[in-house]
Amino acid sequence: MVLSPLVTAAIAGFILLNAIVGLVTYVTLLERKFAARMQSRIGPYRVGPHGLLQPIADALKLMMKEDIVPTAADRPVFNLAPVVFLVPCLLIFATIPFAPNLGVADLNIGVLFFLAVSSMEIVGLFMAGWGSNNKYALISAMRAVNQIISYDLPFIFAALVPVLLTGSMRLSDIAAAQDGLWFVFYPVLGQLAFLAFMIAAVAAENRVPFDILEAESELVAGFRVEYSGMKFALIQLGEYAHVLGTSFLGALLFLGAWAGPGPIWIGPVWFLLKALGLFLMLTWIRWSFVRIRVDQILAVSWQLLLPATLILIVATAVVVVWGG
Amino acid sequence: MASRNDSLTAATPPAGAPARAIREIDYTGSERLTMNMGPQHPSSHGVFRAVLTLEGETVVGVDAVIGYLHRCHEKLGESLTYVQYPSIASKTDYVAAMTSELAYVMAAERIGAIDIPRRAQYLRVLVAELQRIASHCLWLGTWCMDMGGALGGGATIFLYCIRERELVLDLFESLVGARLLYGFHQIGGVRYDLPAGWADQCRTTIDLIEKRVVEYEEMLDENTFFQMRTQGVGVISREVAETVGISGPLLRGSGVPFDIRRADPYCSYEDFAFAVPTEEAGDCFARYRVRMAEFRQATAIVRQILDGLPEGPISSRPGVKSVVQVRIPKGETYARVEGPRGEVGCYLVSDGGPKPYRMKWRGASFSNLAVLPHIIPGHSVADVVAIMGSVDPVFGEVDR
Repeated sequence: MVLSPLVTAAIAGFILLNAIVGLVTYVTLLERKFAARMQSRIGPYRVGPHGLLQPIADALKLMMKEDIVPTAADRPVFNLAPVVFLVPCLLIFATIPFAPNLGVADLNIGVLFFLAVSSMEIVGLFMAGWGSNNKYALISAMRAVNQIISYDLPFIFAALVPVLLTGSMRLSDIAAAQDGLWFVFYPVLGQLAFLAFMIAAVAAENRVPFDILEAESELVAGFRVEYSGMKFALIQLGEYAHVLGTSFLGALLFLGAWAGPGPIWIGPVWFLLKALGLFLMLTWIRWSFVRIRVDQILAVSWQLLLPATLILIVATAVVVVWGG
Repeated sequence: MASRNDSLTAATPPAGAPARAIREIDYTGSERLTMNMGPQHPSSHGVFRAVLTLEGETVVGVDAVIGYLHRCHEKLGESLTYVQYPSIASKTDYVAAMTSELAYVMAAERIGAIDIPRRAQYLRVLVAELQRIASHCLWLGTWCMDMGGALGGGATIFLYCIRERELVLDLFESLVGARLLYGFHQIGGVRYDLPAGWADQCRTTIDLIEKRVVEYEEMLDENTFFQMRTQGVGVISREVAETVGISGPLLRGSGVPFDIRRADPYCSYEDFAFAVPTEEAGDCFARYRVRMAEFRQATAIVRQILDGLPEGPISSRPGVKSVVQVRIPKGETYARVEGPRGEVGCYLVSDGGPKPYRMKWRGASFSNLAVLPHIIPGHSVADVVAIMGSVDPVFGEVDR
């Protein structure tokens, strides 16, 4: 029996979606355990052995919570925002190949699609901030627009370095091109691009030290201050999915994706481990620093990161054209 | 949008009050935003309401609203006897409970010209300095959490600091039996002597804390992000510092070497060698440096006490049998001590009975808050929490 490509894609998408949601739930536990160890705590321990059922308990709790909509909120915008926020965060996984020929859609503009869709989260974010009709949320939404626009540029430029080195925007091509040498080991260019990518990723994910959107000591919880129950859960899910997606992208662009010792079928495991490694790196940064101010964050982007990545792209282009 | 909930948020000044100072900045936006920070807010360190007027992200005016934690402490002081009140005095500044108890009993002893045995004096200094360590631990943790987020590096430092504070609280627990509010001081001396083995436990704790303070400094001193948030932020000039009546680490962070332990020694502080650390810059980082240096001075004093603790009674008066057994002759006085946050003073008027006729607290946090309108305008919202944290107010002491 031959299924039409549409049906296959739908089935693959369904499986992937569920896998991602499950993974994201457990990634929160990973982060909590990791942070707890950094802070000489134990972390979640009571629900299930070693707290392994904690994410499920959290999800159940959030589902059972009362859904509160502020009286003064812009109701349609407020209700729609979590969905608008979540969809792009899950959509970014569509183009990622988890092994050769194992993915939902291996587009020939994979990197472009990923970057474009991933920056769409800002729409949902701003809707949440505006629709809440809350001053903290509004300020947070303004900051969000400011920051995400500033950091998406260096993020994209850094991601373009592997694209230039490969000569293709198809993610599976980029992964295959690192068969001999991971791009993170590419002399100078690779390391600089990886560094810029990671810094921009921290900012694009709104994590400490760049988490001015949430900034709970100033803005209480920023754009999600009025959300509760399942809507809050959707926003959290979207945020972690985005971080995880970015980790997968980083592992694919710089760490050789599924390349690793062992038989070919173990490739996806390697890919997952690398992505989780990057995720833990982001977590490590998050739980180590204090947050910086909005003006300082913008200065870092426009005065340092953006020019640096621009020069990096030009240098990469020169190397690709004349170097080899 | 702003108009819909302005009625909830705008501060309504009392009739006839002078217009509040708003600093004009070069702002091209069209609207000012009034934003509440508090009374329930993650970084309000209790219940404090700051009504901020914002232009964009810049604060141009700040109104402080206090009183949410008012518990009639001064009236309580008039209705409780000299025996009863010291354990309530702890509750003014609950982060440094030993300090306020000490101020109260000192005032009463001064009116009554009551002698304090030397051992009791040394024990008072001992707990005061341990309390300073515990209080500064909490300050560093909460301040970093203000800047670093409860879901970020700030929480990491917070938990480290709380870990060390617990050790000091353990010491207090084995000394007094309580961890937060002690009732350790009484008129004429102190209530409890050191239990067996306590001195060794204290030495171990002090050694550990000294090591950990070095760790904090390694984490923070050269940390670029920390410097970006604290250096040049919330500068209190020497003139402002001397005018508005701030005290403690704030004052010393602005280059004024004033410390009551040195300027007006009490409880035989003159017996101990210690330095009064000062910094010139007057910004948040300077206040941080001063407090970190005070950790070391406090541990040094504690060590000197443990080395030279005299033998003898711990109180010049008999143990408590009745709540009205202490009567203080007619008179009035002001006693002050150097608390972790600055000058904690108690003004006491006695009419010869078992209760004070009138009691007035001078809370360090209350006076220190007066500096906020001088330093906050012109800073961004994010700096407000950094400045608030560096002032280290405890609202139990502000509102009393």
